[in-house]
Amino acid sequence: MLALALVLFTAPALIAAAPAPPDGAAGPGRTVEERVAVPGGPGTDAPVELDTTLYLPEVTPAPAVLVAHGFGGSKASVDEDARALAARGFVALAWSARGFGASTGEIALNSPDHEVADARALVDRLAGMPEVTQDGPDDPRVGATGGSYGGALSLLLAGTDPRVDAIAPVITWNDLGQALFPNAAATVAPPLDTPARGAFAADGVFKRGWAGVFFSAGLGTPAPAGVSSGAAPAGAVPTGVAPTGVAPDPTCGRFTAEVCAAYTDAATTGRLSPATAALLERSSPRTVTGRITAPTLLVQGEQDTLFGLDQADANAREIAANGTPVQMRWYAGGHDGGAAGPEVTEAIGTWFDAHLAGGEPVDPAFPHAVESGLRAGSNTTTGRTVVAADYPGLTGASTLTTRSLALDGDRQVIATPAGGSPAAITSLPGVGAALGSLGSRLSAVAGALPGQSARFATPVLDAPLLVTGAPRVELTVARVPGQPAPAEAVLFAATSEVTPDGTRTLLGSAVAPLRVAVPADGTPATVTVTLPGVVAPVEAGNRLVVSVATTDQAYAGGTDPAAWAVAVNGGLTVPEVPGRTVTANTVPPGPAVGIAVVLGLALAAWGTGWLVRRRGAAVAVDRPDADPLVIEGLAKTYRGGFSAVKGVTFRVRSGQVLGLLGPNGAGKTTVLRMLMGLIRPTAGTITAFGQPVGPGAPVLARIGAFVEGPGFLPHLSGADNLRLYWAATGRPATEAHLDEALEIAGLGPSVQRRVGTYSQGMRQRLAIAQAMLGLPDMLVLDEPTNGLDPPQIHAMREVLRRYAAGGRTVLVSSHLLAEVEQTCDHVVVMHHGRVVADGSVEDIIAGGGAATFTVDAPTRAATVLGDLDGVRAVEIDGAAVHAELNGTPRASAVRALVTAGVDVASAGPRRRLEDAFLQLVGEETVGE
Amino acid sequence: MSDTPPQDRSTVTGTVGALAAGPPAGTHRPGRTLPLRVELVRQLRRRRTQVTFGLVAALPVILWIAFALAPDGPPSSSLNLVDLAQGSGANFAVFALFASASFLLVVVVALFFGDTVASEASWSSLRYLLAAPVPRARLLRQKAVVAAALSTAALLVLPLSALVVGSLAYGTGNLVSPTGESLTFLDGAGRVLLGALYVAVQLSWVAALALLLSVSTDAPLGAVGGAVMASIVSQILNQITALEDLRDYLPTRFSTAWSDLLATAVDWGDMTRGVFSSLTWALVLGALAVWRFGRKDITS
Repeated sequence: MLALALVLFTAPALIAAAPAPPDGAAGPGRTVEERVAVPGGPGTDAPVELDTTLYLPEVTPAPAVLVAHGFGGSKASVDEDARALAARGFVALAWSARGFGASTGEIALNSPDHEVADARALVDRLAGMPEVTQDGPDDPRVGATGGSYGGALSLLLAGTDPRVDAIAPVITWNDLGQALFPNAAATVAPPLDTPARGAFAADGVFKRGWAGVFFSAGLGTPAPAGVSSGAAPAGAVPTGVAPTGVAPDPTCGRFTAEVCAAYTDAATTGRLSPATAALLERSSPRTVTGRITAPTLLVQGEQDTLFGLDQADANAREIAANGTPVQMRWYAGGHDGGAAGPEVTEAIGTWFDAHLAGGEPVDPAFPHAVESGLRAGSNTTTGRTVVAADYPGLTGASTLTTRSLALDGDRQVIATPAGGSPAAITSLPGVGAALGSLGSRLSAVAGALPGQSARFATPVLDAPLLVTGAPRVELTVARVPGQPAPAEAVLFAATSEVTPDGTRTLLGSAVAPLRVAVPADGTPATVTVTLPGVVAPVEAGNRLVVSVATTDQAYAGGTDPAAWAVAVNGGLTVPEVPGRTVTANTVPPGPAVGIAVVLGLALAAWGTGWLVRRRGAAVAVDRPDADPLVIEGLAKTYRGGFSAVKGVTFRVRSGQVLGLLGPNGAGKTTVLRMLMGLIRPTAGTITAFGQPVGPGAPVLARIGAFVEGPGFLPHLSGADNLRLYWAATGRPATEAHLDEALEIAGLGPSVQRRVGTYSQGMRQRLAIAQAMLGLPDMLVLDEPTNGLDPPQIHAMREVLRRYAAGGRTVLVSSHLLAEVEQTCDHVVVMHHGRVVADGSVEDIIAGGGAATFTVDAPTRAATVLGDLDGVRAVEIDGAAVHAELNGTPRASAVRALVTAGVDVASAGPRRRLEDAFLQLVGEETVGE
Repeated sequence: MSDTPPQDRSTVTGTVGALAAGPPAGTHRPGRTLPLRVELVRQLRRRRTQVTFGLVAALPVILWIAFALAPDGPPSSSLNLVDLAQGSGANFAVFALFASASFLLVVVVALFFGDTVASEASWSSLRYLLAAPVPRARLLRQKAVVAAALSTAALLVLPLSALVVGSLAYGTGNLVSPTGESLTFLDGAGRVLLGALYVAVQLSWVAALALLLSVSTDAPLGAVGGAVMASIVSQILNQITALEDLRDYLPTRFSTAWSDLLATAVDWGDMTRGVFSSLTWALVLGALAVWRFGRKDITS
């Protein structure tokens, strides 16, 4: 339990922890550690040494902020908060209070003569520091903040030292006597002015659960080994362990004898003795709130059964009565819940900016968190923050609105069991944030024991209701004739939300204890009960239930057996604070902005691409008289260094049927792929009809191509393939000449079959038909006759000739000489990526009257021919002799040879194309 | 050739008729090439598309049969999704989506995107489309849009089918989440469909990766398998909690964030992060795909 208590009491110190990593918050990170001697206090001469750390900002002089730690903590537990303030530009001074950490002295519970005097001494020190902005001689500009124990110190300091310029106390008390001995039953109804006003009636019920946790945290029992470091992530020194190594007093620990005696008295009697009351009064800010002029930011937790919202309400009311600016802020957490989030850190920083550093003024808005109680996802509580214009009832700017809900339920009799056991469990004091929510779950099971609890329900709500503050109800308590009962009834009142199926949720997980003096004559005592202050959304369809119970585990309740008759007078008065919801949203801003950026980038990329394409389209100039195809210096080197095409240059003119001849691997297909825009040339240009050819060039629409085999969707029929292909070109269906193309393919009824079932030849014909769709101005066919039967090859030649005859151009590639010879009128011969011959087929086959003679004696024949008039360029090629006859008839040459005794086996035109080609193929064969 | 009767005007006989005398080719408009409708028809008529849709539509029926055949086991102390699945139609749909989101739907998306270009390459039809010419960026865009439409449709067919099957089998009761919150059937159905939409957006990174692989390889199986493999590896890495914050950069880190939709108060945090993460991955991978396809030598 002690370890848990440590977590709890150091937790408030963490409330201002910045979400940023410590390094980021540290800023320059210059700190000065120093032990400061301060007077020990009245009645002692021995000074007390305080262990302090000064955090300096980048720029000095700067206003200072005292950062006080929570009960059970030390200066180490506020390290992050102090660093965050230093990073914000303040000089932050943290110290371990006397009796804690490495400071000496005893815990006097924020006594004016001890801890408060210590803080004043620290202000004196700040007055002498050049790093701190000074308002005047011995008057530093200084603020104070802290959680819980440190928060009360801030209030007490501000109330006793006018030099303090702003304070931000967090989850702290106004009246320690009321916090530990609360009594929510007022015989005279307190005014309905502020939302969470508590009754604060005298002679309360001992909050023994919390008091015990509180006391044990300062007792000095060494923490169990291994627990302290893990339990105090902020680096708190094991609490209460005397730094001198002297064994701690086992019963009083590091408390002063006075505090120790007061606790012992309270814990054993369960009642508030006058001496204890005086001691607690001394430690209560309410004694000094009337003198506080430093602007005050009050932060209180909504899950706090130790210092409830009524404590902050009282502070706010009393300080605001001086005309001092007060801002109230409630967050979803507290001593029973989690530490405050970054919003609170930010709010405290903003408050000090405004009141110490001349920053933007802060408006008096009243933000309060509304938790739905549901968890979305694994670890996110679903909640929102409602911001009201101000805290109602403080300055008169806005007044409190309330709603009255009828309560039904007749007089009910409840019993106090002897010894006060079993007792209802509604909260788990000291368990802290980790298990705090367990309390509300337990309360559903053990929150109301049979016979011990009376219930008064409102009607079913027809609209949602947001309870903001402390509801109140008028209660009558009477004796039951014939039943035993002590003079006073100790009862516990609470508000619950009950769903139609009976699920009960205790609002605020808190109960309000009451001690009511009940007349002995049987007449009822009438009291006004202020129920625990909450911020609780109540859904439409549910009802609110006021329960009155006789026991509660967390309090020292009645132990005498008793029976009480309890009834309500009138309805339940529910405070409401109208405000606007600021964050209903769980969308993290970073990723949300990121999404917008990503979408924006995508849109920008799209737009840029569109513009570039538009500009590209605009420069294309139509030149109808240009040659269908001009290739200049074309080269392609593939990755890996293989040069498939080297410096290819040729030209195709309108109406030509041009053959691109070459053995396999000559680079023909690479040229055709570049012509189709499928691969990019390494060098050189291709222009078709005067326009550059590249990937996706518009001029490609005037070129129909069939390269390296057919490409069809196998699951579609031949007809559908052609239809969809044409549709993909985006041109009107009327331009396609689909029927003619299908006739060219000559597939008959098979055209309706899936292409996957076609033979190679059928696909080939379909692909050629596809190339002819739309009657392109230039038709490019790569090995069109592969896989065709001889009659089909013959027909193909006819088709191509007719096609070109209409003024169009055909480019056919082939590795077969005969093919080119019979189909084409022009030919380009390629080998090893280069053009080796280029010209009309006739020129190349029989140009210039060259002749070839096959003879038995080539040498003699060459001599004979060379002697003939006009004949020149005689060359011997094995058994053949070539010669330019230059007008001499071939027959005359034969006669001359025969006359000279040379036998002529054959004589004919010299077939240079074949020669060239055979030579190439021959080399290829040798190469292999 | 026996099935090809001789024709009057064909390559069979060598008579070509009026072909050569036709009018010149019309104008080309790049913005009209490969209309979405055409690409959609091309894809819809593929067997793999039909099978995929059939499978996602039939999956709920298969699940229902499995539940019906399963013997009643001993009552388990904790509620789980399988127990809840038979509670109502909406719960059944949630289960169906849960069961399929981490693998089946990944495969579906990877299939539609990974197959789209690579299969054209493997059929050699890609080069004819490009030479038509369809500009490369446009081809990729049209194919991505159609694949996205098909993926989204498949992702919605599954919960819709599950809602119908589940409602018939288990009634239209409230959607009850494992945390005990309940939503009305209509609300719950809406959330399930919203969840499916989130899954669709979340899988955009798979889509972009599959597209990148699709333009990088001629093997459709390689593209689809590669994308699915990447998803599995990411899911495995996500299991290694020791990676801590590094896991936030995994594209599958927030893949199940849509379950946040099953609460009355929706936490949009993880879903926002998931959408951001996925879209960022998708943008980078998609841009790579466009860049690569635009510069690639088409040798298929």
